Amino acid sequence: MTDRPVLLEAIDVSRIYRLGRDVEVPALKGVSFTVEQGDHVAIVGSSGSGKSTLLNLLGALDRPTSGEVRYDGRDVQTLSDTELAELRNRRIGFVFQSFHLLPRLSAVDNVVLPLIYRPGGRRERRQRAIAALTSVGLGDRLDHRPTELSGGQQQRVAIARAVVTEPALVLADEPTGNLDTRTGEEIMALLEQLHAERDTALVVITHEAEIAARAARAIELRDGLIVGTAEGDA
Amino acid sequence: MSLRESFRVAMSALVANRLRSALTTLGVLIGVMSVVLLVAIGQGAREEITGAIEGLGSNLLFVLPGDGDFGAAPTRSQFTLDDVDELDRELPGADRRVAGSVVGGEPVQAEGERLTTTVQGGTAGYLDVVVRSTARGQPFTESDVATGRRVVLLGAAVADQLFPGQDPIGRTITVGSIRFRVVGVMERVGGTAFGPDRDREVYLPITSAQRLFATTRIDAIFVRASSTATIDDDREIIERVLERRLEPEAFSVLSQDDIIGVVGDILQILTLVLAAIAGISLLVGGVGVSNIMLVSVSERTREIGLRKALGARTRDITRQFLLEAMVLTGIGGAIGLLLGIGLAELVALFAPIPAEVTLWSVLLALGVSVAVGLLFGVLPARRAGRLDPVEALRHD
Ligand SMILES: Nc1ncnc2c1ncn2[C@@H]1O[C@H](COP(=O)(O)OP(=O)(O)OP(=O)(O)O)[C@@H](O)[C@H]1O
Ligand SMILES: [Mg+2]
Repeated sequence: MTDRPVLLEAIDVSRIYRLGRDVEVPALKGVSFTVEQGDHVAIVGSSGSGKSTLLNLLGALDRPTSGEVRYDGRDVQTLSDTELAELRNRRIGFVFQSFHLLPRLSAVDNVVLPLIYRPGGRRERRQRAIAALTSVGLGDRLDHRPTELSGGQQQRVAIARAVVTEPALVLADEPTGNLDTRTGEEIMALLEQLHAERDTALVVITHEAEIAARAARAIELRDGLIVGTAEGDA
Repeated sequence: MSLRESFRVAMSALVANRLRSALTTLGVLIGVMSVVLLVAIGQGAREEITGAIEGLGSNLLFVLPGDGDFGAAPTRSQFTLDDVDELDRELPGADRRVAGSVVGGEPVQAEGERLTTTVQGGTAGYLDVVVRSTARGQPFTESDVATGRRVVLLGAAVADQLFPGQDPIGRTITVGSIRFRVVGVMERVGGTAFGPDRDREVYLPITSAQRLFATTRIDAIFVRASSTATIDDDREIIERVLERRLEPEAFSVLSQDDIIGVVGDILQILTLVLAAIAGISLLVGGVGVSNIMLVSVSERTREIGLRKALGARTRDITRQFLLEAMVLTGIGGAIGLLLGIGLAELVALFAPIPAEVTLWSVLLALGVSVAVGLLFGVLPARRAGRLDPVEALRHD
């Protein structure tokens, strides 16, 4: 373990989903760990173990039922919706399994998207988006629509969108889940490269042992609890 | 997020669904168009009629049967020519005039031409009192009235039709079944959209008209006061004189202002009713906007979730959808306004209905259409803004 500054802390976090009036689904039952600046964490576990639930909490998309998620020392629970939106916009980049690109927008406009929710000029946004797309190897696909791109290329656009804001943390929920093995490897290599180059923390949910092994730590979830933490090769 | 950026996003979403946006706009467009058009017509009618009444001069008093309540059923007149004479005697002032009239519809006929006209019987001063004059020939004299002479003045349109290209003076026409000699032709008034066409009337000495209609009554008495200043005194004298013989409920004395007031009120109500009816179609258009926006929100749930994940605040999303709704209704409003004004002008050109586009109806229509966008956009927009990002992203 390094002793770099702590970026985010999960302290005894639980999340209970309520279905109807009295059915409760405990998806997380008290999870604690920290992510440091520039950290690289893999989250593994079987389907339904609570990985996505945890990632949503780390991404400030959701609030825990109990426990604390602390960003830069501030408890997410105490932040207003507007402050959460700002936190997501400034500090976090998301990469989803199903890409989530807006089909009517070109690659550049998709990458510009997070930038329109912060101050700045149009030209500058576009330049940053072009730079981000170039850094993921799509400098020649700027005006393509998502439907005109392969799955791997679409995920690259999504990655460019995640890093264009220069976030402190990139959260990826099974980023290779919809891709074939080779393309998946390329995407993971890209994510890891950007993480290393930019010193961005990377938390990735994966089913693949190989990917988990390359992380600094792999956290294994089972039934909403951490059942093991493996130090990786890195 | 800047307003400009929100606007850009809203526009791009609307353009992406061109046909749907256009159809939604259409509802508002039709609503605004009908408000502007119908109010223009109602307002035009009001101007026209008030103008016609004002044309009679402001010192005119109308003595009409009934108690002056326009909502009541018409009352049979109890006036006679003696009332006219008596008022003439009792009213002070040198240049005041009293006239009586009786009105009916009769066919008139000359040289095989036949048409139905309004027949006005008047006392000698009648034409002066109602500000009409002859183009050619002479109005009736006291002696024409006293002896019930069978002479007639033709309205300009009647003269044109019975005697095209000829001089009608001295010719004979049949009114009802009685023959009359034409002694004059009236000045052309020009068509008005409301009330009788003044050029399609013929004028008889009142006594001759009474014989024609087989009555001893007259329908109305007109008093032109010497000046506007004496009008209230004159009204009191008229009431006193007539009450010697008639119940107070049997007649009423109205000034031009009274009539303009009542008629104006009625037409104002008519205009408002028209505006309200048109407003309903605007409302329906608004409901359409609301409906489409709700569809749009539910279709774009994932987009909303994504935008939130990327840092859009609740208010950014709400504003985006609100702007979409307002752009839809605003564009509909602007086009509807232009079409409404255009149609009003067109109506004024081709129909005898004058149309008066008023500023208030224009502002109202525009304001209402944007307000409709706001009102009916709020529900979908708030729904969009409140979506939970996690749920929204999982939506399919
Ligand atoms: N919105 C929800 N409402 C109710 N229950 C939910 C909701 N989201 C998740 N759950 C439940 O919480 C548990 C954890 O779900 P989660 O999506 O975090 O699992 P996961 O580890 O990401 O699984 P997978 O590998 O299949 O994506 C599951 O039992 C799931 O059914
Ligand atoms: Mg999952």
